[in-house]
Amino acid sequence: MSKTILTVDDSRTMRDMLKLALTSAGYSVLQAEDGVHGLEVLQGSDPDVIITDINMPRMDGFGFIAGVREAGRHRAVPILVLTTESDMEKKARARSAGATGWIVKPFDPVKLVDAVRRVAA
Amino acid sequence: MIEKPKIDALSMRELISFRIGAQEFCVDIMSVREIRGWTPATQLPHSPGFVRGVINLRGAVLSIIDLAARFGLPETEPSARHVIIVAQVGPQVVGLLVDAVSDILTVSNDSIQPTPDVASDMARSFVRGVLALEGRMISLIGLDNLLPAPERVAA
Amino acid sequence: MDTMAAIKQTFFQECEEQLSELETGLLSIEDGDHDGETINAVFRAVHSIKGGAGAFNLGALVKFAHVFESAMDLVRTGRMSPGPDVLKVMLRAADVLADLVRAARADETLDPSRTDPIIEELKALTVAGSPPEPEEAATPFEFVPVMVDLGDFDDLGGFGDLGGPGELGAAGDLGGVGEPGDLGGSDAPAGLPSFRIRFKPRAELYAKGNETTILLRELDRLGTMTVACDTGEVPRLGEIDPEGAYLAWTIDLQTTQGEAAIREIFDFVEWDSTLAIEPFGTFDAVEPDADFSADNDPFQALAPSPVVFAKPETVVAPVPAVDIKAPDVSAALPGAPDEAAVERKATVATAQPTIRVDLDRVDRLIDLVGELVINQAMLAERVTEAGLARVSAVAIGLDELEQLTREIQDSVMAIRAQPVKSVFQRMPRLVREVAAQTGKNVRLVTEGEATEVDKTVIERLSDPLTHMIRNAIDHGLESPETRRQSGKPAEGLVRLSALHRSGRIVIEVADDGAGINRPRVKSIAVDKGLIAPDAKLTDDEIDNLIFLPGFSTAAVVSDISGRGVGMDVVKRSIQALGGRISISSKPGLGSTFTLSLPLTLAVLDGMVVTVAGQTLVIPLTAIVETLLPKATTVHGFGEGSRVIGVRNGFIPLIDVGQVLQYRADATDPKNGIALLVETEGGTRSALLVDAIQGQRQVVIKSLEANYGHVEGIAAATILGDGRVALILDVDAVVVSSRLENFDTSLALAG
Repeated sequence: MSKTILTVDDSRTMRDMLKLALTSAGYSVLQAEDGVHGLEVLQGSDPDVIITDINMPRMDGFGFIAGVREAGRHRAVPILVLTTESDMEKKARARSAGATGWIVKPFDPVKLVDAVRRVAA
Repeated sequence: MIEKPKIDALSMRELISFRIGAQEFCVDIMSVREIRGWTPATQLPHSPGFVRGVINLRGAVLSIIDLAARFGLPETEPSARHVIIVAQVGPQVVGLLVDAVSDILTVSNDSIQPTPDVASDMARSFVRGVLALEGRMISLIGLDNLLPAPERVAA
Repeated sequence: MDTMAAIKQTFFQECEEQLSELETGLLSIEDGDHDGETINAVFRAVHSIKGGAGAFNLGALVKFAHVFESAMDLVRTGRMSPGPDVLKVMLRAADVLADLVRAARADETLDPSRTDPIIEELKALTVAGSPPEPEEAATPFEFVPVMVDLGDFDDLGGFGDLGGPGELGAAGDLGGVGEPGDLGGSDAPAGLPSFRIRFKPRAELYAKGNETTILLRELDRLGTMTVACDTGEVPRLGEIDPEGAYLAWTIDLQTTQGEAAIREIFDFVEWDSTLAIEPFGTFDAVEPDADFSADNDPFQALAPSPVVFAKPETVVAPVPAVDIKAPDVSAALPGAPDEAAVERKATVATAQPTIRVDLDRVDRLIDLVGELVINQAMLAERVTEAGLARVSAVAIGLDELEQLTREIQDSVMAIRAQPVKSVFQRMPRLVREVAAQTGKNVRLVTEGEATEVDKTVIERLSDPLTHMIRNAIDHGLESPETRRQSGKPAEGLVRLSALHRSGRIVIEVADDGAGINRPRVKSIAVDKGLIAPDAKLTDDEIDNLIFLPGFSTAAVVSDISGRGVGMDVVKRSIQALGGRISISSKPGLGSTFTLSLPLTLAVLDGMVVTVAGQTLVIPLTAIVETLLPKATTVHGFGEGSRVIGVRNGFIPLIDVGQVLQYRADATDPKNGIALLVETEGGTRSALLVDAIQGQRQVVIKSLEANYGHVEGIAAATILGDGRVALILDVDAVVVSSRLENFDTSLALAG
């Protein structure tokens, strides 16, 4: 059975690109538009890996990760954050919030799939 | 130019025949949407004599063509007995004013004969073929050229 | 690749949204809104554009967005305050960013002269705003070695995987780690580079969803390995924190991939573990490294008793029951929930749910409601014809039906309504551009952006508004020096506002400039032969001269307001929308242009008239007043033309019945009514009709749909009696009457 990835990003472009790369690699993809939406989607699903953007309206990536980690069912799900190369500070904050790893934007589909595999059980 | 009917001996088609004066005509039933009685039309300015005007057909504005006038016959003096054939012509819906609707005919394509080589404009512009039926001659009408050509819009 | 092309389209659409959010955000920051979320939204807009542009290799866009983003970031993090100078640069940067997006969309490149100066200005801001700082230095995630208490080490029997929850649950997945044959390393090819990896996860590693098992699996992909697990730290059972991390691993890996590949695997976890990777010479059995015992080396603790990791089945080992001794486990717990995050959740905005509907469906609904209105009107007429009393149950029921029908009509029309914001928000950029071109200081204030009007009206408002605002700045506002001299603030004000008034939308463009220079306008009109040199005009009439075709107040047709377009074109396009435009001006204080437009193009307020037995509808917006012609006021003028005296002038009298060829002969004006109408360019004419039936709101029906264009007719409608009535195209009728009579010399009186 294919693994399911939840992508959380406010940009349609980014959601579409993630979906394209992940489905091409055989993953099923769930999508959410921001942190709040992401937590809602999680209530009805059990993704194997979560990929989230940081800067989003309503609830940002840090809040979302904290939300996932504090709730029972999904707190051990690996979470990858989308970040830019230069943003070490953000990477660090994502780690402190409980992110499992990160993907540097703009991402290369091969690297993306690689990163997902590296955290997926 | 005379267009010959396509020869397909096996296929049958249904036609609605109607009368204008003493002559009989028919159109393909596929292009007929409904048949209704005459209601007075609102005159359109700057329009050819065969355009009787426009009527309200359930909220749509429908133009009425006096087929007699269109065919070069004397203009119709419409009365409550007259009939409007509502027909689809390309993207538009047009009302055709005729004297009366007579029949629905089922004919095979090979019973439709080429239009006789007469000089009349009417025959050349609108008649696609003729059928002989119990001694009557019925002209098959094509609807494409009924509306006046689009006018040049004044600047 | 089709999908990529589609995503690229999505990207550009999204860019437009983000650009508009960017501008809106910057403008509200400029207005003093320094709310964190506003600033964040602005930052996010630039950031997203950059992100997407990177994905599509749009280098110029990435470069610009990056510089912009860096400057934005200073504001966002409070290192730079968003003062007027900063915002001015940012607003211009937003404009350039918009240009870059459009250029990229069109597959074009933008001239560097457009982008480079702004890049420099942004960089100057960035340098001024931020002290240079080392990239990683600020990271709060310094590696803090965890000191391990060795006290209970000896109590441990055997080995076991007592790590975090993930570790326990995933133990069975370890099948991929090292084939049995790997263990001794005997069949490993000799001579391959080997690495010894010592890895001790901390609890945080598991709390963040990482898994030792997965790391081992990934390592295994790199080559041949043996794994040893040190359980030396596993406490007594009662002391075990289920989320703690007690195991350490020593992995010997033979791989051709090099150290970098190994480091990459640990990329995500190195902060939450202690990790040492070193070349190991030739591969041999797993053995503690004698040299691996430096000061503070956390692996020191592991050295005494490495456990050979034999088979996955043996991983879970019984742990002896022991005394309870509370260890300090707080450090191993996942951090307390971020309070800020909780707050963020609490302030979640409740967005209004919306649905997207095909426009055709909405239009179909509008058509149907139009028919309902007509049917209801027809029914009402029948009831009256039947002689039923106004207080009869039927009549009362019909009144209620009418009420309901109106409400349905209004509600359906509201579906097509949109706020004018979409047009208004294009204006700030225009103002900046025109201000830059004219060297004037301008502040634009917009009001009533949420005012709604039909989508079609909005689409067709953009051009006239653009022109009016250009005009207000170019012709209305004075230069900063002039303003100072006359005691005004150097910065001029242009106010753009919208509001609903008596079933119409009223839009005002006001400036606090010099006002209309009436003597000059008048002399220009005289020079151009538009008015007689001795014409006596009121101030109002002079102001309205600017709407005449070909009138331009600028001595030199400027690049900005010029382009061969005058206020006459604005007026015509507003009239084409069934609207009116007027001006009021006070010398020294400024001018206000007022547009009044119908809320929808689907219905029209008309005057229903009779002409030669036909019923016609004349749009009310065209009608200025009605006149009862007297024999003494109508004069023949040339062949077939007549004029009517109105106050101190003469205007052409147009016999509508004749123009529409409803009748050949002219009617006697005494038996009719003249409607004074105003058409393009302020031309006035009088339309002669037989009788007025009344005023009515009518539903506009296309004639083109099932017939074609008819000269002199704008559209059709269906009246209460079920008959079709034609709506007069007043402009066309006036023009065609002029063409017929070849005499337009008096067209401008009145």
